[in-house]
Amino acid sequence: MLSAEGLRHAFGEGRGQVVALDGVSFNLTAGQTLAVFGPNGAGKTTLLKVLAGLIRPQQGSVRVAGGRGAIGWIGHQSHLYEHLTVRENLLFWAALYGVPAARRGPRADQVLERLGMGDRADQPVWSLSRGLAQRAAIAKAVIHDPRVLLLDEPFTGLDLAAAAELRALLGELRGGGAPGGGRVVVLATHNVDEGVELATDVAFQRRGRFVHFAPRAGRGSSDIAEAYRRAVGGTGTDG
Amino acid sequence: MGELLAQAWTVARKDLVLEFRTRTALVSAIVFTALVLTVFNFGRDPTAVPTIDLAPTILWVTFTFAAMLALNRAFQLELENQALEGLLVSPLSRTSLYWGKLIANLVFVAVVEAVGLPLFVLFFDVPVGHVLVPLIGVIALATLGFVAVGTLFSALVIRTRFAELLLVVILLPFLVPPLIGAVQVTARLLGGRPLSESVGYLKLLAAYDIVFVSLASFLFRFTVDE
Repeated sequence: MLSAEGLRHAFGEGRGQVVALDGVSFNLTAGQTLAVFGPNGAGKTTLLKVLAGLIRPQQGSVRVAGGRGAIGWIGHQSHLYEHLTVRENLLFWAALYGVPAARRGPRADQVLERLGMGDRADQPVWSLSRGLAQRAAIAKAVIHDPRVLLLDEPFTGLDLAAAAELRALLGELRGGGAPGGGRVVVLATHNVDEGVELATDVAFQRRGRFVHFAPRAGRGSSDIAEAYRRAVGGTGTDG
Repeated sequence: MGELLAQAWTVARKDLVLEFRTRTALVSAIVFTALVLTVFNFGRDPTAVPTIDLAPTILWVTFTFAAMLALNRAFQLELENQALEGLLVSPLSRTSLYWGKLIANLVFVAVVEAVGLPLFVLFFDVPVGHVLVPLIGVIALATLGFVAVGTLFSALVIRTRFAELLLVVILLPFLVPPLIGAVQVTARLLGGRPLSESVGYLKLLAAYDIVFVSLASFLFRFTVDE
Protein backbone atom coordinates (compact mmCIF):
# COMPACT_ATOMS: atom_id res chain seq x y z
CA MET A 1 0.00 0.00 0.00
CA LEU A 2 2.89 2.37 0.81
CA SER A 3 6.43 1.52 -0.11
CA ALA A 4 9.66 3.49 -0.19
CA GLU A 5 12.74 2.14 -1.91
CA GLY A 6 16.26 3.50 -1.44
CA LEU A 7 15.26 7.08 -0.72
CA ARG A 8 18.08 9.56 -0.73
CA HIS A 9 17.82 13.31 -0.64
CA ALA A 10 20.20 16.08 0.38
CA PHE A 11 19.90 19.83 0.64
CA GLY A 12 22.74 22.12 -0.40
CA GLU A 13 26.05 21.21 -1.95
CA GLY A 14 29.67 20.68 -0.98
CA ARG A 15 30.68 21.02 2.66
CA GLY A 16 27.38 22.62 3.61
CA GLN A 17 25.35 19.73 2.30
CA VAL A 18 22.77 18.29 4.68
CA VAL A 19 21.69 14.71 4.01
CA ALA A 20 18.01 14.47 4.92
CA LEU A 21 17.36 10.96 3.61
CA ASP A 22 19.96 8.28 3.21
CA GLY A 23 18.94 4.86 1.97
CA VAL A 24 15.48 4.78 3.56
CA SER A 25 13.37 1.78 2.50
CA PHE A 26 10.23 0.23 3.93
CA ASN A 27 6.99 -1.35 2.92
CA LEU A 28 3.74 -0.84 4.85
CA THR A 29 0.45 -2.63 4.36
CA ALA A 30 -3.08 -1.81 5.52
CA GLY A 31 -3.40 -1.56 9.30
CA GLN A 32 0.28 -0.79 9.91
CA THR A 33 1.31 2.37 11.72
CA LEU A 34 4.95 3.37 11.49
CA ALA A 35 6.17 5.83 14.12
CA VAL A 36 9.36 7.58 13.03
CA PHE A 37 11.26 9.11 15.94
CA GLY A 38 14.28 11.30 15.54
CA PRO A 39 15.87 14.52 16.75
CA ASN A 40 15.16 17.82 15.05
CA GLY A 41 16.90 17.89 11.67
CA ALA A 42 16.98 14.08 11.34
CA GLY A 43 14.98 14.25 8.11
CA LYS A 44 11.54 13.18 9.36
CA THR A 45 9.63 15.98 7.66
CA THR A 46 11.60 15.48 4.46
CA LEU A 47 10.63 11.80 4.56
CA LEU A 48 6.94 12.69 4.90
CA LYS A 49 7.19 15.30 2.14
CA VAL A 50 8.78 12.74 -0.15
CA LEU A 51 6.06 10.20 0.70
CA ALA A 52 3.42 12.86 -0.01
CA GLY A 53 5.01 13.83 -3.32
CA LEU A 54 5.96 17.32 -2.16
CA ILE A 55 9.66 16.63 -2.71
CA ARG A 56 11.03 14.50 -5.51
CA PRO A 57 13.88 12.46 -4.01
CA GLN A 58 17.29 12.58 -5.68
CA GLN A 59 17.39 8.79 -5.54
CA GLY A 60 14.83 6.10 -4.87
CA SER A 61 11.11 5.92 -5.35
CA VAL A 62 7.81 5.94 -3.47
CA ARG A 63 4.72 3.99 -4.39
CA VAL A 64 1.34 4.79 -2.89
CA ALA A 65 -1.62 2.66 -3.87
CA GLY A 66 -4.17 5.14 -5.16
CA GLY A 67 -1.68 7.96 -5.78
CA ARG A 68 -1.83 11.41 -4.22
CA GLY A 69 -5.60 11.20 -3.83
CA ALA A 70 -5.14 8.38 -1.34
CA ILE A 71 -3.06 10.48 1.05
CA GLY A 72 -4.26 12.45 4.03
CA TRP A 73 -1.82 14.84 5.69
CA ILE A 74 -1.94 16.09 9.27
CA GLY A 75 0.82 18.38 10.42
CA HIS A 76 1.30 21.07 13.03
CA GLN A 77 -0.13 23.48 10.45
CA SER A 78 -3.81 22.92 9.72
CA HIS A 79 -3.90 23.92 6.01
CA LEU A 80 -7.24 25.57 6.79
CA TYR A 81 -8.36 29.02 5.66
CA GLU A 82 -9.09 31.14 8.71
CA HIS A 83 -11.89 33.18 7.12
CA LEU A 84 -13.84 30.19 5.83
CA THR A 85 -16.06 28.19 8.14
CA VAL A 86 -15.09 24.65 9.07
CA ARG A 87 -17.72 23.28 6.68
CA GLU A 88 -16.60 25.56 3.81
CA ASN A 89 -13.03 24.38 4.32
CA LEU A 90 -14.11 20.74 4.25
CA LEU A 91 -16.20 21.23 1.10
CA PHE A 92 -13.29 22.96 -0.61
CA TRP A 93 -10.82 20.18 0.19
CA ALA A 94 -13.39 17.49 -0.67
CA ALA A 95 -13.78 19.07 -4.11
CA LEU A 96 -10.03 19.08 -4.66
CA TYR A 97 -9.83 15.40 -3.67
CA GLY A 98 -12.53 14.52 -6.17
CA VAL A 99 -15.33 13.66 -3.76
CA PRO A 100 -18.53 13.80 -5.90
CA ALA A 101 -20.49 17.02 -5.35
CA ALA A 102 -23.57 15.22 -4.02
CA ARG A 103 -21.52 13.39 -1.37
CA ARG A 104 -19.46 16.32 -0.08
CA GLY A 105 -22.05 17.76 2.30
CA PRO A 106 -23.09 14.44 3.91
CA ARG A 107 -19.44 13.38 4.14
CA ALA A 108 -18.49 16.65 5.86
CA ASP A 109 -21.36 16.22 8.34
CA GLN A 110 -20.34 12.61 9.00
CA VAL A 111 -16.69 13.48 9.63
CA LEU A 112 -17.55 16.45 11.85
CA GLU A 113 -19.97 14.35 13.90
CA ARG A 114 -17.36 11.65 14.33
CA LEU A 115 -14.84 14.21 15.55
CA GLY A 116 -17.38 15.83 17.88
CA MET A 117 -17.46 19.07 15.91
CA GLY A 118 -20.98 18.96 14.50
CA ASP A 119 -21.93 22.12 16.36
CA ARG A 120 -18.83 23.97 15.14
CA ALA A 121 -19.41 23.41 11.42
CA ASP A 122 -20.48 26.97 10.69
CA GLN A 123 -17.86 28.68 12.79
CA PRO A 124 -14.98 30.39 10.99
CA VAL A 125 -11.68 28.66 11.64
CA TRP A 126 -10.14 31.78 13.20
CA SER A 127 -12.61 31.50 16.08
CA LEU A 128 -11.54 27.95 17.06
CA SER A 129 -9.17 27.08 19.90
CA ARG A 130 -5.88 25.34 19.06
CA GLY A 131 -7.31 21.95 19.98
CA LEU A 132 -10.48 22.43 17.95
CA ALA A 133 -8.47 23.74 15.00
CA GLN A 134 -6.37 20.58 15.16
CA ARG A 135 -9.56 18.51 15.09
CA ALA A 136 -10.75 20.50 12.10
CA ALA A 137 -7.38 19.76 10.48
CA ILE A 138 -7.98 16.06 11.07
CA ALA A 139 -11.44 16.39 9.53
CA LYS A 140 -9.83 18.04 6.48
CA ALA A 141 -7.24 15.26 6.27
CA VAL A 142 -9.83 12.46 6.28
CA ILE A 143 -12.63 14.15 4.30
CA HIS A 144 -11.78 12.00 1.27
CA ASP A 145 -11.39 8.81 3.34
CA PRO A 146 -7.68 8.38 2.57
CA ARG A 147 -5.95 5.02 2.76
CA VAL A 148 -2.67 6.57 3.85
CA LEU A 149 -2.31 9.09 6.68
CA LEU A 150 0.90 11.07 7.06
CA LEU A 151 1.28 12.78 10.42
CA ASP A 152 4.02 15.37 10.86
CA GLU A 153 4.48 16.35 14.50
CA PRO A 154 0.71 16.52 14.97
CA PHE A 155 0.99 17.08 18.74
CA THR A 156 3.06 20.26 18.50
CA GLY A 157 1.49 23.13 20.41
CA LEU A 158 -1.21 21.03 22.07
CA ASP A 159 -1.60 20.87 25.83
CA LEU A 160 -1.58 17.45 27.55
CA ALA A 161 -5.36 16.98 27.47
CA ALA A 162 -5.66 17.97 23.82
CA ALA A 163 -2.72 15.73 22.90
CA ALA A 164 -4.34 12.75 24.70
CA GLU A 165 -7.60 13.46 22.90
CA LEU A 166 -5.78 13.63 19.58
CA ARG A 167 -4.05 10.31 20.26
CA ALA A 168 -7.44 8.71 20.92
CA LEU A 169 -8.85 10.18 17.70
CA LEU A 170 -5.89 8.99 15.68
CA GLY A 171 -6.30 5.55 17.19
CA GLU A 172 -9.91 5.50 15.97
CA LEU A 173 -9.00 6.80 12.52
CA ARG A 174 -6.32 4.16 12.09
CA GLY A 175 -9.04 1.54 11.82
CA GLY A 176 -10.94 3.31 9.00
CA GLY A 177 -10.01 3.73 5.37
CA ALA A 178 -9.79 0.78 3.00
CA PRO A 179 -12.59 -1.75 3.45
CA GLY A 180 -11.56 -4.37 5.97
CA GLY A 181 -7.91 -3.41 5.96
CA GLY A 182 -7.57 -0.17 7.90
CA ARG A 183 -5.25 2.65 6.99
CA VAL A 184 -1.52 2.92 6.66
CA VAL A 185 -0.27 5.60 9.03
CA VAL A 186 3.19 7.16 9.17
CA LEU A 187 3.75 9.36 12.21
CA ALA A 188 6.88 11.48 12.54
CA THR A 189 7.73 13.05 15.87
CA HIS A 190 10.75 13.98 17.97
CA ASN A 191 9.02 12.91 21.17
CA VAL A 192 8.97 9.18 21.93
CA ASP A 193 6.16 9.62 24.48
CA GLU A 194 3.79 10.99 21.86
CA GLY A 195 3.10 8.22 19.44
CA VAL A 196 4.29 4.89 20.78
CA GLU A 197 0.89 3.45 21.64
CA LEU A 198 -0.36 4.14 18.11
CA ALA A 199 2.51 2.35 16.43
CA THR A 200 2.76 -1.18 15.08
CA ASP A 201 6.28 -0.45 13.85
CA VAL A 202 8.96 1.88 15.09
CA ALA A 203 11.85 3.56 13.29
CA PHE A 204 14.56 5.82 14.66
CA GLN A 205 15.94 8.29 12.16
CA ARG A 206 19.29 10.01 12.52
CA ARG A 207 20.98 12.16 9.88
CA GLY A 208 18.58 10.86 7.26
CA ARG A 209 19.16 7.18 7.96
CA PHE A 210 16.91 4.66 9.72
CA VAL A 211 19.22 3.42 12.49
CA HIS A 212 16.48 1.22 13.91
CA PHE A 213 13.41 -0.20 12.19
CA ALA A 214 11.42 -2.97 13.81
CA PRO A 215 7.92 -3.98 14.90
CA ARG A 216 6.95 -2.45 18.23
CA ALA A 217 6.14 -5.93 19.47
CA GLY A 218 4.39 -4.81 22.64
CA ARG A 219 7.17 -2.48 23.80
CA GLY A 220 6.00 0.45 25.87
CA SER A 221 7.21 4.02 25.73
CA SER A 222 9.95 3.44 28.33
CA ASP A 223 11.34 0.49 26.34
CA ILE A 224 11.22 2.52 23.13
CA ALA A 225 12.82 5.51 24.85
CA GLU A 226 15.65 3.29 26.09
CA ALA A 227 16.17 1.80 22.63
CA TYR A 228 16.07 5.34 21.19
CA ARG A 229 18.75 6.52 23.63
CA ARG A 230 21.00 3.64 22.64
CA ALA A 231 20.46 4.14 18.89
CA VAL A 232 20.27 7.91 18.58
CA GLY A 233 21.39 9.42 21.88
CA GLY A 234 19.56 12.14 23.81
CA THR A 235 16.54 11.70 26.03
CA GLY A 236 13.95 10.56 23.54
CA THR A 237 11.69 13.42 24.44
CA ASP A 238 13.48 16.19 22.68
CA GLY A 239 15.83 16.76 19.84
CA MET B 1 -9.84 19.41 -19.58
CA GLY B 2 -13.22 19.58 -17.84
CA GLU B 3 -11.73 18.32 -14.58
CA LEU B 4 -8.83 20.75 -14.92
CA LEU B 5 -11.19 23.70 -15.34
CA ALA B 6 -13.52 22.49 -12.58
CA GLN B 7 -10.61 22.34 -10.14
CA ALA B 8 -9.34 25.73 -11.31
CA TRP B 9 -12.77 27.20 -10.64
CA THR B 10 -12.84 25.58 -7.17
CA VAL B 11 -9.59 27.37 -6.32
CA ALA B 12 -10.72 30.65 -7.88
CA ARG B 13 -14.07 30.59 -6.10
CA LYS B 14 -12.37 29.94 -2.77
CA ASP B 15 -9.97 32.88 -3.36
CA LEU B 16 -12.83 35.18 -4.32
CA VAL B 17 -14.95 34.17 -1.31
CA LEU B 18 -11.97 34.85 0.96
CA GLU B 19 -11.27 38.19 -0.69
CA PHE B 20 -14.84 39.45 -0.73
CA ARG B 21 -15.28 38.27 2.88
CA THR B 22 -12.22 40.09 4.20
CA ARG B 23 -12.05 42.82 1.51
CA THR B 24 -8.62 43.86 2.78
CA ALA B 25 -6.73 43.77 -0.50
CA LEU B 26 -9.69 44.86 -2.61
CA VAL B 27 -10.38 47.97 -0.57
CA SER B 28 -6.66 48.75 -0.45
CA ALA B 29 -6.35 48.45 -4.23
CA ILE B 30 -9.40 50.62 -4.89
CA VAL B 31 -8.27 53.29 -2.42
CA PHE B 32 -4.80 53.13 -3.96
CA THR B 33 -6.28 53.63 -7.44
CA ALA B 34 -8.31 56.62 -6.29
CA LEU B 35 -5.31 58.16 -4.53
CA VAL B 36 -2.98 57.74 -7.51
CA LEU B 37 -5.51 59.30 -9.86
CA THR B 38 -6.03 62.14 -7.39
CA VAL B 39 -2.29 62.78 -7.10
CA PHE B 40 -1.89 62.76 -10.89
CA ASN B 41 -4.88 65.05 -11.22
CA PHE B 42 -3.36 67.69 -8.97
CA GLY B 43 0.26 66.99 -9.92
CA ARG B 44 0.03 67.87 -13.60
CA ASP B 45 0.00 71.14 -15.44
CA PRO B 46 -2.86 70.98 -17.98
CA THR B 47 -1.51 74.03 -19.78
CA ALA B 48 1.86 72.36 -20.42
CA VAL B 49 0.72 68.96 -21.70
CA PRO B 50 -2.79 68.32 -23.04
CA THR B 51 -4.75 65.92 -20.86
CA ILE B 52 -5.52 63.66 -23.78
CA ASP B 53 -1.76 63.05 -24.29
CA LEU B 54 -1.09 62.28 -20.65
CA ALA B 55 -4.25 60.34 -19.79
CA PRO B 56 -3.43 56.92 -21.34
CA THR B 57 -0.11 56.73 -19.48
CA ILE B 58 -1.71 57.72 -16.20
CA LEU B 59 -4.47 55.17 -16.68
CA TRP B 60 -2.07 52.30 -17.29
CA VAL B 61 0.45 53.23 -14.61
CA THR B 62 -2.45 53.29 -12.14
CA PHE B 63 -3.86 49.96 -13.30
CA THR B 64 -0.43 48.33 -13.27
CA PHE B 65 0.42 49.25 -9.71
CA ALA B 66 -3.09 48.48 -8.45
CA ALA B 67 -2.78 45.04 -10.05
CA MET B 68 0.48 44.50 -8.13
CA LEU B 69 -1.53 44.58 -4.91
CA ALA B 70 -3.78 41.82 -6.24
CA LEU B 71 -0.87 39.74 -7.42
CA ASN B 72 0.89 40.06 -4.09
CA ARG B 73 -2.08 38.73 -2.18
CA ALA B 74 -2.71 35.77 -4.52
CA PHE B 75 -0.30 33.40 -2.82
CA GLN B 76 0.01 35.22 0.47
CA LEU B 77 -3.35 33.84 1.51
CA GLU B 78 -1.99 30.34 0.88
CA LEU B 79 0.71 30.92 3.50
CA GLU B 80 -1.98 31.03 6.17
CA ASN B 81 -1.66 27.75 8.06
CA GLN B 82 0.58 26.52 5.22
CA ALA B 83 -2.45 25.92 3.01
CA LEU B 84 -0.16 25.93 -0.04
CA GLU B 85 1.46 22.74 1.29
CA GLY B 86 -2.01 21.19 1.53
CA LEU B 87 -2.79 22.19 -2.06
CA LEU B 88 0.46 20.65 -3.28
CA VAL B 89 -0.15 17.40 -1.39
CA SER B 90 -3.64 17.12 -2.88
CA PRO B 91 -4.34 15.69 -6.36
CA LEU B 92 -4.94 19.24 -7.63
CA SER B 93 -2.84 19.65 -10.77
CA ARG B 94 -0.34 22.50 -10.78
CA THR B 95 -1.96 23.82 -13.96
CA SER B 96 -5.37 23.93 -12.25
CA LEU B 97 -3.83 25.78 -9.33
CA TYR B 98 -2.27 28.32 -11.70
CA TRP B 99 -5.45 28.81 -13.68
CA GLY B 100 -7.47 29.12 -10.48
CA LYS B 101 -5.17 31.86 -9.23
CA LEU B 102 -5.20 33.49 -12.66
CA ILE B 103 -9.03 33.57 -12.79
CA ALA B 104 -9.27 34.98 -9.24
CA ASN B 105 -6.62 37.62 -10.00
CA LEU B 106 -8.38 38.60 -13.22
CA VAL B 107 -11.69 39.07 -11.40
CA PHE B 108 -9.96 41.04 -8.66
CA VAL B 109 -8.13 43.33 -11.10
CA ALA B 110 -11.29 43.69 -13.22
CA VAL B 111 -13.19 44.98 -10.16
CA VAL B 112 -10.41 47.49 -9.44
CA GLU B 113 -10.38 48.58 -13.09
CA ALA B 114 -14.17 48.84 -13.12
CA VAL B 115 -13.93 51.32 -10.25
CA GLY B 116 -10.80 53.00 -11.61
CA LEU B 117 -12.07 53.77 -15.11
CA PRO B 118 -15.02 55.98 -14.06
CA LEU B 119 -12.73 57.75 -11.58
CA PHE B 120 -10.26 58.32 -14.41
CA VAL B 121 -13.02 59.81 -16.59
CA LEU B 122 -14.18 61.96 -13.68
CA PHE B 123 -10.74 63.32 -12.75
CA PHE B 124 -9.38 63.87 -16.25
CA ASP B 125 -12.59 64.75 -18.06
CA VAL B 126 -11.76 62.38 -20.89
CA PRO B 127 -14.84 61.32 -22.88
CA VAL B 128 -14.77 57.52 -23.36
CA GLY B 129 -18.42 56.87 -24.20
CA HIS B 130 -17.85 56.63 -27.95
CA VAL B 131 -14.94 54.15 -27.54
CA LEU B 132 -16.10 52.32 -24.44
CA VAL B 133 -16.41 48.86 -25.99
CA PRO B 134 -13.01 48.84 -27.76
CA LEU B 135 -11.41 50.44 -24.69
CA ILE B 136 -12.77 47.67 -22.45
CA GLY B 137 -11.46 45.16 -25.01
CA VAL B 138 -7.97 46.66 -24.85
CA ILE B 139 -8.04 46.76 -21.07
CA ALA B 140 -9.07 43.09 -21.00
CA LEU B 141 -6.38 42.10 -23.49
CA ALA B 142 -3.57 43.89 -21.67
CA THR B 143 -4.79 42.84 -18.22
CA LEU B 144 -4.80 39.16 -19.17
CA GLY B 145 -1.15 39.38 -20.22
CA PHE B 146 0.26 41.09 -17.20
CA VAL B 147 -1.88 39.16 -14.72
CA ALA B 148 -0.73 35.89 -16.35
CA VAL B 149 2.93 36.83 -15.86
CA GLY B 150 2.28 38.35 -12.46
CA THR B 151 0.52 35.24 -11.17
CA LEU B 152 3.54 33.14 -12.13
CA PHE B 153 6.00 35.51 -10.50
CA SER B 154 3.94 35.91 -7.34
CA ALA B 155 4.23 32.13 -6.85
CA LEU B 156 7.96 32.36 -7.53
CA VAL B 157 8.66 34.98 -4.86
CA ILE B 158 6.16 33.98 -2.20
CA ARG B 159 8.64 31.97 -0.13
CA THR B 160 11.28 34.69 -0.25
CA ARG B 161 11.90 37.60 2.10
CA PHE B 162 10.65 40.94 0.80
CA ALA B 163 8.34 39.11 -1.60
CA GLU B 164 6.26 42.24 -2.24
CA LEU B 165 9.29 44.28 -3.28
CA LEU B 166 10.83 41.46 -5.28
CA LEU B 167 7.64 40.91 -7.25
CA VAL B 168 7.62 44.52 -8.46
CA VAL B 169 11.31 44.40 -9.38
CA ILE B 170 11.13 41.22 -11.46
CA LEU B 171 7.67 41.79 -12.89
CA LEU B 172 7.92 45.34 -14.24
CA PRO B 173 10.44 44.57 -17.03
CA PHE B 174 8.08 41.89 -18.33
CA LEU B 175 5.19 44.36 -18.35
CA VAL B 176 6.89 46.76 -20.75
CA PRO B 177 5.53 45.15 -23.98
CA PRO B 178 1.86 44.99 -22.92
CA LEU B 179 2.11 48.45 -21.35
CA ILE B 180 3.48 49.95 -24.57
CA GLY B 181 0.72 48.26 -26.54
CA ALA B 182 -2.01 49.24 -24.12
CA VAL B 183 -0.91 52.88 -23.86
CA GLN B 184 -0.57 53.24 -27.63
CA VAL B 185 -3.98 51.74 -28.40
CA THR B 186 -5.66 53.69 -25.59
CA ALA B 187 -4.09 56.94 -26.85
CA ARG B 188 -5.37 56.31 -30.37
CA LEU B 189 -8.85 55.41 -29.12
CA LEU B 190 -9.12 58.47 -26.90
CA GLY B 191 -7.76 60.61 -29.75
CA GLY B 192 -10.64 59.51 -31.95
CA ARG B 193 -8.46 57.51 -34.34
CA PRO B 194 -9.89 54.41 -36.01
CA LEU B 195 -9.17 51.03 -34.44
CA SER B 196 -7.57 49.88 -37.70
CA GLU B 197 -4.58 52.12 -36.87
CA SER B 198 -3.90 50.01 -33.79
CA VAL B 199 -3.95 46.58 -35.36
CA GLY B 200 -0.20 46.11 -34.90
CA TYR B 201 -0.38 46.84 -31.18
CA LEU B 202 -3.50 44.70 -30.78
CA LYS B 203 -1.60 41.81 -32.37
CA LEU B 204 1.27 42.45 -29.97
CA LEU B 205 -1.12 42.27 -27.00
CA ALA B 206 -2.82 39.11 -28.30
CA ALA B 207 0.53 37.43 -29.01
CA TYR B 208 1.80 38.38 -25.55
CA ASP B 209 -1.31 36.84 -23.97
CA ILE B 210 -1.06 33.59 -25.91
CA VAL B 211 2.68 33.19 -25.30
CA PHE B 212 2.70 34.09 -21.64
CA VAL B 213 -0.48 32.27 -20.60
CA SER B 214 0.91 29.12 -22.25
CA LEU B 215 4.42 29.60 -20.90
CA ALA B 216 3.25 30.44 -17.39
CA SER B 217 0.88 27.42 -17.34
CA PHE B 218 3.83 25.21 -18.22
CA LEU B 219 6.43 26.81 -15.93
CA PHE B 220 4.20 27.20 -12.88
CA ARG B 221 4.93 23.70 -11.57
CA PHE B 222 8.64 24.56 -11.30
CA THR B 223 7.90 27.56 -9.11
CA VAL B 224 5.86 25.71 -6.49
CA ASP B 225 7.51 22.28 -6.33
CA GLU B 226 10.43 21.90 -3.91
